[in-house]
Amino acid sequence: MTDAIKREPARPAKNPAATAQVAPREEATPASNNGLPPDDQVALRKELLKSMFLQRRFEERCAEAYALGKIGGFCHLYIGQEAISAGTMSLLRPDDYVVTSYRDHGQAIARGMSPRTVMAELFGRQTGCSGGKGGSMHLFDKSLNFLGGHGIVGSHVPLAAGVGWAIKYRGGDQVCVCFFGEAAVNIGAFHEALNMASLWKLPVVFIIENNRYGMGTAISRATANEDVTTRAAAYKMHGESIDAQDVFAVRDAVGRAIQLARTEKTPTLLEMRTYRFMGHSMSDAASGTYRTKEELEENMKRDPILVLREKMHAAGELPEGDLAKIDEEAKVIAQDAWDYADKSPEPPLSELWEDVVVDTTS
Amino acid sequence: MAVLTYRDALNQALREELIRDDRVFLMGEEVAQYNGAYKVSKGLLDEFGPMRIVDTPITELGFAGVGIGSAMVGLRPIIEFMTWNFALLAIDQVVNSAAKMLYMSGGQFPMPMVFRGPNGSALQLSAQHSQAWESWLAHIPGLKVVTPATPADAKGLLKSAIRDDNPVVFLEGEMLYNTRGEVPDGEYTIPLGKADLKREGDACTIVAHGKMALLAMQVADTLAKEGIAVDVVDLRTVRPMDVETIAISVRKTNRAVVLEEGWEICGVGAQVVDFIQRECFDDLDSPVLRVHQEDVPMPYAKNLEKAAKPDAAKAIAAVKKVMYLA
Repeated sequence: MTDAIKREPARPAKNPAATAQVAPREEATPASNNGLPPDDQVALRKELLKSMFLQRRFEERCAEAYALGKIGGFCHLYIGQEAISAGTMSLLRPDDYVVTSYRDHGQAIARGMSPRTVMAELFGRQTGCSGGKGGSMHLFDKSLNFLGGHGIVGSHVPLAAGVGWAIKYRGGDQVCVCFFGEAAVNIGAFHEALNMASLWKLPVVFIIENNRYGMGTAISRATANEDVTTRAAAYKMHGESIDAQDVFAVRDAVGRAIQLARTEKTPTLLEMRTYRFMGHSMSDAASGTYRTKEELEENMKRDPILVLREKMHAAGELPEGDLAKIDEEAKVIAQDAWDYADKSPEPPLSELWEDVVVDTTS
Repeated sequence: MAVLTYRDALNQALREELIRDDRVFLMGEEVAQYNGAYKVSKGLLDEFGPMRIVDTPITELGFAGVGIGSAMVGLRPIIEFMTWNFALLAIDQVVNSAAKMLYMSGGQFPMPMVFRGPNGSALQLSAQHSQAWESWLAHIPGLKVVTPATPADAKGLLKSAIRDDNPVVFLEGEMLYNTRGEVPDGEYTIPLGKADLKREGDACTIVAHGKMALLAMQVADTLAKEGIAVDVVDLRTVRPMDVETIAISVRKTNRAVVLEEGWEICGVGAQVVDFIQRECFDDLDSPVLRVHQEDVPMPYAKNLEKAAKPDAAKAIAAVKKVMYLA
């Protein structure tokens, strides 16, 4: 990046629970106190709902922009899986680390990256978080310890172990959270990384986002043992399976895993059982080829946004007006991101040759 | 100046850089307790401890990735592959992660790290353990590829590689570890991307790198007895390539032979010849010839292996041919 173009700053973390103590395992219900006083619990639930709405509305605009040709290449939407990113990021400290796969828009936004710079990156603009050189699959933000956006299935899992190694090397108490799909549990990089993470006691939380399809291949057609948490046992690691459409179930499990990583310096493998409501990428229909419309519709009944909304309604925490306001705010931010990206310049041709190598030594 | 083996020169470079910068650590198979499969890391575990000299499982892809992750957050790993033949298991990490991270993050994540280990054939190790990978690796933008030929170059180049803020592929000659030569004591670095004129003459230019630079010097000494004085340009760094030094030499000699350990097709020599024909077309008195491994997997039988490898006789024949002496 040239210094002339200023990136949008990251949004400050405003989640009251971001640095809170995590309570021991409890029922994942709205009654779950999450270690917080009652007023903060309500505030936390609203923040989680806001985060999920923002991811959802943002990505709906991504789909629209893709159809208009404003976004090119591969574009993998996260819609349906937002409780995982919202729940996880709400527990991280600013100095913790995140490494993820190519389905990274939701996580980037939940971590606090500016929707403007994310959309600008998708539009291939100079103001994008990676200067327009990475695109959808390669979102990075050093200021937020958001370490990408990686495009080869499973290849970033050892990188997360490496971040864990660096934390251990320096004697820090940060954690590294690594997201990947369930199809990645069959690739060597995953196994090599888990083995070293457990062997060396590295503070990493490995999160399998099991949306049940590796591209168009159902887990039952690809994985001999569909209980992917058993992979943890192979490496003497704690493993758990979570209903990831419930953001509080996500928070409970991730909270405990983070605690283990910070205090015991041990890694955890979490299976987040979820479902993606869109196709694998923009060229893939949501249903009709490898999964039925009925299956899709059945799973959409457990939309993570709906699940949280209903719980908040039941608890009297979400008057109708509030919901509309949260939704409207998300739409405004998504529109603003679109406008910002649309009017941002393309990278100058001189950028073609920048960032291939650095000319420094240390 | 002390006379050291290539192995001890590398060890000295590692030791000095481990002392100089506590972000530097060495990770790989058998590097610590075993003192290195080729003893390059001998004594380092005792001096620096197990956090800085790290034994790994046999899991090249995995520990290459661990190095990359640690470099993303500010450490300066040296990843040792027991040989580059095994590094093929890690090629995804070297190419897709290390080489491209800076670019695809828009300059946010430099990769200050070294991937090092022995490269090229030894003796009768047969097909899977006898190959030179530099043309594969030099193909990739974002990597630097270093191939030291002598103990002094090994030390000076490794120290520079460790200090470089880019991912550096450091290819040591498997047959060079026991070779000896004078090595400057203490602080001694050689800039990456600078070739070295190892012999001077005006009859022909021999361009070589790594182990083949030694062969080129041997050929130069033999030819000198016949009154033929040749330039030997040791590239030292294959990428970036010091094309200026090649051009200066070829403009003087008007003839060139390119010597390499790898195979012919798309080899390093093809790149050198491409450069020479574009930049020195009017200076040439004859076509540029290449000497390389025969286009076959490395055989085991001693006689077949010898026939497959580039050697002095093939190089001398090539020089004489470009001089129209044969």
